[in-house]
Amino acid sequence: MASQEMEQLVRREYKEGFVTDIESDTIPPGLDEDTIAFISNKKGEPAWMLEWRLDAYRQWLKMTPPSWAHLDYPPIDYQAISYFSAPKREEDKPQSLDEVDPKLLETYEKLGIPLHERAALAGVAVDAVFDSVSVTTTFKDKLAEAGVIFCSISEAIRDYPELVKQYLGTVVPTSDNYFAALNSAVFTDGSFVFVPEGVTCPMELSTYFRINAANTGQFERTLIVCEKKAQVSYLEGCTAPMRDENQLHAAVVELVALEDASIKYSTVQNWYPGDEDGKGGIYNFVTKRGDCRGDRSHISWTQVETGSAITWKYPSCVLRGKDSIGEFYSVAVTNGRQQADTGTKMIHLGEGSKSTIVSKGISAGRSNQSYRGLVKVGPRAKGARNFTQCDSLLIGDTCGAHTFPYQEIGNSTATVEHEATTSKIGEDQLFYCQSRGISEEDAVNMIVNGFCKDVFQELPMEFAVEAEALLNVTLEGAVG
Amino acid sequence: MNQTASQGASEVQRFLDRLSERSARRSGEPTWIAARRQAGAARFEAMGFPDRRVEEWKYTDVRAISRGDFQLAEDADFSPASAAALTLPMDAHRLTFVDGVFSSALSDLTELPGGVQVQPLSQALEENHEAVGGPLGRLTGVEFSAFSALNTAFFEEGALVRLAPGTVVEKPIVLQFLSRANQAAVMSHPRILIEAASRSQATVIEHHVGEEGAANFTNLVEEVMLDRGAHLTHYKLVESPEQDLHVASIHVEQCRDAQFTSFNLTLGGGLVRNDLISDLNGQGAEVTFNGLFYGQNRQHVDNHTLANHNAPHTFSHENYKGILDDRAHGVFNGKVIVKRDSQKIEADQSNANLLLSDRAQIDTKPELEIYADDVKCSHGATTGQLDEEAVFALRTRGLDEATARGLLTLAFAGEVMDQVDLDAVAERVELTVAGKLPERFHLAGLVEAAVALNED
Repeated sequence: MASQEMEQLVRREYKEGFVTDIESDTIPPGLDEDTIAFISNKKGEPAWMLEWRLDAYRQWLKMTPPSWAHLDYPPIDYQAISYFSAPKREEDKPQSLDEVDPKLLETYEKLGIPLHERAALAGVAVDAVFDSVSVTTTFKDKLAEAGVIFCSISEAIRDYPELVKQYLGTVVPTSDNYFAALNSAVFTDGSFVFVPEGVTCPMELSTYFRINAANTGQFERTLIVCEKKAQVSYLEGCTAPMRDENQLHAAVVELVALEDASIKYSTVQNWYPGDEDGKGGIYNFVTKRGDCRGDRSHISWTQVETGSAITWKYPSCVLRGKDSIGEFYSVAVTNGRQQADTGTKMIHLGEGSKSTIVSKGISAGRSNQSYRGLVKVGPRAKGARNFTQCDSLLIGDTCGAHTFPYQEIGNSTATVEHEATTSKIGEDQLFYCQSRGISEEDAVNMIVNGFCKDVFQELPMEFAVEAEALLNVTLEGAVG
Repeated sequence: MNQTASQGASEVQRFLDRLSERSARRSGEPTWIAARRQAGAARFEAMGFPDRRVEEWKYTDVRAISRGDFQLAEDADFSPASAAALTLPMDAHRLTFVDGVFSSALSDLTELPGGVQVQPLSQALEENHEAVGGPLGRLTGVEFSAFSALNTAFFEEGALVRLAPGTVVEKPIVLQFLSRANQAAVMSHPRILIEAASRSQATVIEHHVGEEGAANFTNLVEEVMLDRGAHLTHYKLVESPEQDLHVASIHVEQCRDAQFTSFNLTLGGGLVRNDLISDLNGQGAEVTFNGLFYGQNRQHVDNHTLANHNAPHTFSHENYKGILDDRAHGVFNGKVIVKRDSQKIEADQSNANLLLSDRAQIDTKPELEIYADDVKCSHGATTGQLDEEAVFALRTRGLDEATARGLLTLAFAGEVMDQVDLDAVAERVELTVAGKLPERFHLAGLVEAAVALNED
């Protein structure tokens, strides 16, 4: 009874309290129904979208933050966060690379990032650097020709409401978890991709191409839909450290693959990990899930995680379709005081569904890293097959590496295998390299890169090259 | 929500009422025991029975216990003939408990060598309660779980095994727990304390078995302290009837070079939950957890093991095998924790499961938590069916399919049983496993023939 009354009260408040200043670009910190109404209004969203957001918010209010992860961070004050701020004005941004922190530039140098990209990444006013609009337009034309929709989620809600309505929240329901509910209520940006039946997307899609369309929101929402026999490869993030003032990130990514469709989602995450004491780093709480809805559909997650102070991320696959395939390849590197609790979930529901999990974790410094995975085989998933390998490499005696693999198997024809090892870099391997004149640091880099090879192979070419360089930069100072 | 909370409270209250009834009849206990009972009861009341939201009990539903109404047994009457049929046929020092009550008639301690003390706990407390009060509860306190708290509140009987330095006990020490088919279900809270002084060696067999139709609840807490270089081989064989409920924890402390080898063999019981914990506190300490469980019908078998590498140069090995048929549910949770600065650790863990039925379920979680870098740790878990190529290989040699599958299932269990040195235990388990195999590949006759052949 009490909860019903409460709900009514909440609704009433919303009706009366619907006062928002549309002219203003930022709202003061804090989260209530007005904030959500403001965001929705600002984005010019239809009424059903606002209802959807408010519904998520009400569910979020009833939830408590998860405490099961092997992470240690002070409680987050959700009322101290500003949930909407318009993109920085061009004149507030650094006007040229000279104004950018030299340390950041040094890192770009090491990563071998092209000059014009460096400026964009460092947040230099884009117009002052290069005309990316033309680049973007070329891509847009090509995509339109193929019939692929690729735009920001806000545009999609405006221009393709029926499509969004049909798929949004069907993979990650608003009530899925604490952070997903929060995201559903307040998300401000993200990408929308729709590949129609039979179309193979002519190029790899990347958020990078719409870099000037919007700043990377702290609550990103991505929705990728592949119709029958369609294919797409999507790249998220980039190897260069991103300038970002928001400490809390709670993104949601939903993938839908219909019959014979294939989605490949690659992520490189290199957000600010905080200073030496771990202060000021990004908290990254991400819900990523793919739904292999159709028979023979295929979803593949590849991730390289090197940044963030806290990573809480489990890209998952729901293998609903017959003979559907889910894959997860991950390299996670933690150094300093970083903490990562990451892994995957493979839910086998369809007959003959298969999944592969390869997770490589490298911990150095005083960091802690956990692999947390679930392989669940439902009673109808006849002949389901999973292979899991998760290896951890420890560098230094003050870090930690942990493995929590859950297996729940309810079908006698399923075959599930899990292997895990934890070790340090072999003294003999190091000695072998050093005796051939390779410095200790290079030797460590070589061995670590070799350790991660299985995953790097899965990355798109240019990403793979950058990822290797990134690994070396991240592990700098971890040896000796 | 409120409803379940109040239901939980009434369940807890039922157990606490039993306790006050019992306490009213008790007289003149040493104050430390009374104090611990109180602490146990308070802790149990505060925690209540675990529900499935508690990570440690995620896959195990204890409502069969919490909703039960269990009395405490008053006597240890058991027909010697039926006891003999249940007892392991071997030459051993034997303590027998019937529904938790000590039976001197069914026990045999006549040939106990010097330097060895094997006693029912009640007797040890009577003789020198202070010597028991120190070690008892040192490893497993009331904090460990609601069940350990409940045990601490109720404990009366159990076994005490003490080995003097350098003592080697040739014959195994059997602690036999018999469960009767009572009119009203009973509960027992046995407490086992094993103290092995330096360089001593012994084999302890904990055997749980009962009459057809018994449906009692056993809540056992066992503490094992192994001093420098002590070697203990510990068998736990659960062959209880299919309605029996069994919750147990074994907590082992290992000093330098101490070795603990465990065989945890679960063939019976309706609900079986085992917690095995080893604290490897001294260099060179080594623990081996071997396990085999075979679940049928609606049996539920849950094994949790934990190896705490608290010191450098410590070793842990684990090999658990599970076979599940019908609607049986198996749970395995193996955990290795390597503390900071515990370098040069080797830990390996393996769990393999065979599902024979579409409705059987296994939940397995091999965990590693590592805070040191110079370690070699690995774990593996597999779940599947018999290797079709192996079945084919046997078929090409003229065996029919049923026999081939039966043999391979036996061989699967055999990988654990090969490590067993005691023939009586190995034969008993193999026969039971063969007897449990689905009728289509029934092999009991074959095993019996093989045993007979060995004896000739």
